[in-house]
Amino acid sequence: MNRLLTSPAAQQRRSRDITIISLLAILIIIMFVVSMNTGLMRLSPLDVLHTFLGGGTEQQKLILFDFRLPRIVISILVGAGFAVSGCILQGLSRNALAEPSTLGINAGAGFAVIIFISFVPATTGAHIYVLPLMALAGAVLTAALIYVLTYRREDGLSPTRMILIGIAVGAGIYAIQLILSLRLDPQNFQFVSIWLAGKIWGGDWRFVLALLPWLVILLPFAFYKSRVLNLLSLGDQTSAGLGLPVERERILLLAAAVILSGACVAVSGGIGFVGLIAPHLARRLVGPKHQVLLPACALVGALLLITADTIARWILQPAEIPTGIVVAIIGAPYFLYLLARSKA
Amino acid sequence: MAASTHSTDQSTKMDGAMPLKSRPAAAAIILLLGLAAMLFGLALSVSVGAADIKLATVWEAVFRFNPDLQQHQIIRELRIPRALAGALVGACLAVAGAIMQGMTRNPLADSGLLGLNAGASAALALTFALAPASSFLYIMLYCFTGAAAASILVFGIGSLSHSGLTPLRLTLAGAAVSALLLAVSQGVAILFHLSQDIAFWMAGGIGGANWTQLRIMTPWIAGALIIAMMLSRSITLLSLGRDVAAGLGQRTRLVQFTGIIVVVILAGAAVSTVGPIAFVGLIIPHITRYLVGVDYRWILPCSAVLGSLLIVFADIAARLINAPYETPIGALIAVIGVPFFVYLARKRKGEL
Repeated sequence: MNRLLTSPAAQQRRSRDITIISLLAILIIIMFVVSMNTGLMRLSPLDVLHTFLGGGTEQQKLILFDFRLPRIVISILVGAGFAVSGCILQGLSRNALAEPSTLGINAGAGFAVIIFISFVPATTGAHIYVLPLMALAGAVLTAALIYVLTYRREDGLSPTRMILIGIAVGAGIYAIQLILSLRLDPQNFQFVSIWLAGKIWGGDWRFVLALLPWLVILLPFAFYKSRVLNLLSLGDQTSAGLGLPVERERILLLAAAVILSGACVAVSGGIGFVGLIAPHLARRLVGPKHQVLLPACALVGALLLITADTIARWILQPAEIPTGIVVAIIGAPYFLYLLARSKA
Repeated sequence: MAASTHSTDQSTKMDGAMPLKSRPAAAAIILLLGLAAMLFGLALSVSVGAADIKLATVWEAVFRFNPDLQQHQIIRELRIPRALAGALVGACLAVAGAIMQGMTRNPLADSGLLGLNAGASAALALTFALAPASSFLYIMLYCFTGAAAASILVFGIGSLSHSGLTPLRLTLAGAAVSALLLAVSQGVAILFHLSQDIAFWMAGGIGGANWTQLRIMTPWIAGALIIAMMLSRSITLLSLGRDVAAGLGQRTRLVQFTGIIVVVILAGAAVSTVGPIAFVGLIIPHITRYLVGVDYRWILPCSAVLGSLLIVFADIAARLINAPYETPIGALIAVIGVPFFVYLARKRKGEL
C-alpha cells in the first residue's frame, strides 16, 4: 500500500488533486467577492474591502454584514450540503442519476415545512429554529417510506426501482403540498411559494447558526466514511466479501445523506439538481475515489450555488428570482445531457 | 389478422405480466355499462355543488329551460359545461396515456410524468404573463406547442443514447423536463406576480370550464380521438415491439409520428382546460388492459370511457370532501395515482 502511495504516478495524481482543489477554492473566493459586489446597491470591490477592514459607512456595513454576507455563507453551506448528500446517494445506489430531489427527499422536507406554516404563520419569529427540525423530520420520514416501498424480499433495494418510486412519491407529495398551500392566506402563500421555488433566505445569521451544526457533524462524518463508500460503490457482494457490514453502513450513510439534504432544504427550499451536478463535475475533475471526491464535491457544490445565487440577484434587477429556478434552468439540461450519454 | 394473433400469443409467452388475449365481449360490456354510468355521473355532477339542486330540476333545466330561474342558469352556464369538460378531459388524458404506453412499450408512460403537461403549463404561464387577453383558441394552440416541445425533448433525449428508450430513461427524462418547465412557470409566475392565479390552475380544477372552451376544444379532441382509433391496430402491433411491427410491413416511424401528434393535441387540450392532472393516463390504461386484453382497438375506446368516469366522479368527490371548498382534483388523483405507480414499479422484475 505504502509503496503504491509514494510511487511517482500516485504522487503526480496527488499533486494534481491538490491543484484542482486549490483552484476550486480560489474560484469560490472570486465568486464570493463578485457576489458581495452584486445587488440592488452597487458597491465597488474597494468599498467591500474597506468595509471588511473596519471602515465604510453605516449603510455599507449594514448591506454587507447583515444582508449579503449571511446569504452568501448560506449558499456556500447549502451547496456543499446538497452536493455531498448527492455524492453519498450516488455512491450508495450505484446510480449516477440519484440525488435528494429525484429521490423525493426534498419534497418530503418541503411538505413538513408547509404543514408547520399552515399552523404557525411565517410572520412569527419562532419558526426560524423549528423549521429546520420540521424539514429534517419530513426528509427522514420520506426517505424511510421510499426505503420501505422499494425493498423487496427477493432482490432487496434495486436502485432503479428506488428512483422510480422516489419520483412518484415526490409527485404525490407535490400535489398534496399544492392543496395545503392554496388554503394559506395570501401572505403565507407568498412566503411558501417563493420558498418552494428555492430561495435562499438572506439577511439572517440565525439561519447560518441553525444549519451549521448539522454540516459540522455530517460533512466530516462523510469524509471519515469515504473508504466505506468506495467499497459500497463496488457493489454489495464485493463489499460483503471484504468484510464490510453492508446493511449497517448503508443505513448510516443513507441517514447522513438524508439529514444533510433535509437541513439544507430547511433554509433553501426546493433547490434541486445541485446534488446531481456537483458530484458529476467533481468526478470528472478528480476521479471516483471518495477521499478526494467528497471534498471536491463540497467545493463544486458551494461554487455552483454561490454562482447561481449571484445570477439570481443580478439577472433581472430589481426583481429577484429564486435561486432554485436558476439552478433548475441550468441543471435540468445538464441532467438531460448526462441521461443521453449514460449507457445502462 | 391471423399473423398478428399468432405474434400476440408469442409475446404473451415473453411477457407473462400481460393478460392472455383480447376480450371483445368484456370491452363491449365496459362500453355499455360505462356509458350508462357516465350518464348517471354527469347528472350527479350537475346536481352536486355549493348549491344543491334536485335531479328533477336538472331535467327541467335541460329540457324545459326557463331563463328566469337562477338554478336553471347555474345548471346551464356552470354545471353542465363543467361536467362535460371533466368527461372530455378524462378521455383525453387516458387515451394519451394508453397511446404512449402502447407505442413506447413503457408501462410508466403518462402525459403528466413524461413532462407533456408541464410543457403545456409553461406555455400557459407565459401566455398569462405576456398575452393575458388571448382568446381560448390561442391559449389552446400555445398549450399544444408547449406539449410538443416537451415531448420532443423527452423522447429525443430518451432515444439519443445507445440503449434506447428504457422505461427508467424515459421516466427520468420526463422528471427532468418537468422540473425545468416547472421552474420556467414558477419564474414567470413570480416575476409577473401571478403566483396564486397560476397555482390555483396548476393544482388542476374544472370549475372554470365554460361553453366557449368546450366549443373550441371539442373538434380538436374529436379529431384526435378519431385518428387515434384509426391508428389503434398499428399501436397494437407496435406494442409487440418495433421489430415485430416492421416485420409485418408497418411503417413504424409514420405511426409513431402521428401517434405523438395525437398525444400532444390530447394532452394540450386537457391541460389548457383544467391544468396539469397527472396519473390518469397512467392508471386507466393499465386497468383497461387488465379488463379487455391487448388489442388497442378495444383499449382506446374503453380507456376513453373509464378515464371520463374517473374524472367526472373525482370532480364530484373534490366538491364533496371539504365542502364548501373545492379540493384540487389533480391532488386528489395523485393520492390514488402514487400507490398505483408504486405497485407497478414493485411488481415488475429486474428489467425496470
